[in-house]
Amino acid sequence: MLEVNGLNVAYGRARVLRDLSLTVRAGEILCLLGRNGAGKTTTMKAIMGLLPLMSGRVVLDGQVVSDLPPHQVPRTGIGYIPQGRGLFADLTVAQNLQIGLMVRKSGTQVLDDVLDLFPRLRERLHQRAQTLSGGEQQMLATARALCLEPRVLLLDEPTEGLQPSMIEAIREVIVMMRARGVAVLLVEQRVDAVLSVADRVAFIENGRNLETLDAARLRADPAILERHLGV
Amino acid sequence: MEIGPYLMLASLEGAVTAAVLALTAVGLSLVFGVMRVVNVAHGEFFMLGAVLAWWVTSLIGGHPALGFAVALLSVPVLVGLLAAAADMTVLKRVSHDPERTIVATIGILYILQQVTLMTYGPDARPVVPPFNARLALPWVEFVGGRPQLYWPWGLSTTSYKLAVIGAATLVLIGVWLGMTRTRAGLLMRATQMDRDMALAFGIPVERVYALVFGLGAGLAAMAAVLIVPIQQAHYLMGGDPLLLSFIVVIIGGLGSLPGTVVAAILIGLSDGIISVFFSPTLAKILATLLVALVLVFRPQGLFGERRT
Repeated sequence: MLEVNGLNVAYGRARVLRDLSLTVRAGEILCLLGRNGAGKTTTMKAIMGLLPLMSGRVVLDGQVVSDLPPHQVPRTGIGYIPQGRGLFADLTVAQNLQIGLMVRKSGTQVLDDVLDLFPRLRERLHQRAQTLSGGEQQMLATARALCLEPRVLLLDEPTEGLQPSMIEAIREVIVMMRARGVAVLLVEQRVDAVLSVADRVAFIENGRNLETLDAARLRADPAILERHLGV
Repeated sequence: MEIGPYLMLASLEGAVTAAVLALTAVGLSLVFGVMRVVNVAHGEFFMLGAVLAWWVTSLIGGHPALGFAVALLSVPVLVGLLAAAADMTVLKRVSHDPERTIVATIGILYILQQVTLMTYGPDARPVVPPFNARLALPWVEFVGGRPQLYWPWGLSTTSYKLAVIGAATLVLIGVWLGMTRTRAGLLMRATQMDRDMALAFGIPVERVYALVFGLGAGLAAMAAVLIVPIQQAHYLMGGDPLLLSFIVVIIGGLGSLPGTVVAAILIGLSDGIISVFFSPTLAKILATLLVALVLVFRPQGLFGERRT
């Protein structure tokens, strides 16, 4: 479904991604693991077209997404939940969601479905996003991405700094999206969280692919984790 | 005559300055807020508005109100389109980089100014106000302990000056409603808050930038059309509004529309009052001093939010 082929990205002269390749299938959760600075967030930004590519392509169902201008990338059905949530802080919950709905001109039915997943947001529709608690903000960031009826979801550390009940709520939504056939690319620091949801795990280091394995093999042999992450 | 009537007269003059300044400064503030572009050419869009208003009114003839009405509606649009074109051909090419756009807008400043000098010439030309009735103003005096209205000699304003204040107020309310209630306003505010996330949610940021740059310049041009029957059109008239707009935008808080309006009223009124009672130079000195104090003690401006 989503194919990332040989990405090379640099900030100025510092090369961050080197020939990075990934494939995420429909109805699958691929987890990106690597140390800090390995290039996980950069990979997501590059997929969204927010960073200039030196070379490489991003292809979604045969369509070359990386040739599009950045604002057209989400219209192909890629929902982005960035690290730090990236909410429009002064806008209300409803306005944040409205921006998500406008991407692919989704109807109010989509909004209703999304709010059914996050009933807390329905109570706070007219509150400004920055006045929400951390967990509610993460719900809003997730809900906003779901508003564009994504075929692919990119989640960058969605559970960072959240309390366990919130982490569980986010996890349930991710699993539900997988069941609906969405391709999920997940960056997550907490290894236990990764092992509980991921179908496959891609290790990266210094912007390069190490190896990509089935999560089942990792669960069976945690020594692999230690080798790649040194944890 | 006692001091009261003078104070009222000075306040009215100041209110006209404040109204025009608020429009101009809101344009500058929008451009800075949404695009992070310090538009040094803002004063030239103001000047262009005045010069084009002269051109349109002299083309049309007939009753002065007819030409003025056409100018008021068409000139801001023309200047806005020109500015949007400048954004797409120049500022977009330097990726709206904060430093390079300063240099680029200095270039635009000189191009606009010199082209105006070459075509329109160095003269200051008047535009006839659409209506200009003299309105005598009353003042209160106490006769035998009871308040009573009287009309002091020379205490007057014109209907046109009051209309300028009213028109500017309406336009500002319109801008506010546009920013808070419309879809375009929502896209502009989202772009202002987080450019990358705006892109990641399908907002055509380049087009929003062209729209905002055009809107900012259009507001300056609108302000100039309103003031030109009082002030005359001249190719160097853009300097003062640029300086005052920067003063207002810094005091009010960069990118904050309510702050900009409050600061424009503060600076406009104090400029009017101090100019009447002391000297215009002192008014500018005090305004600049206020900017320095704001920058030292409250760098985000009176209404600005601290950026983290």
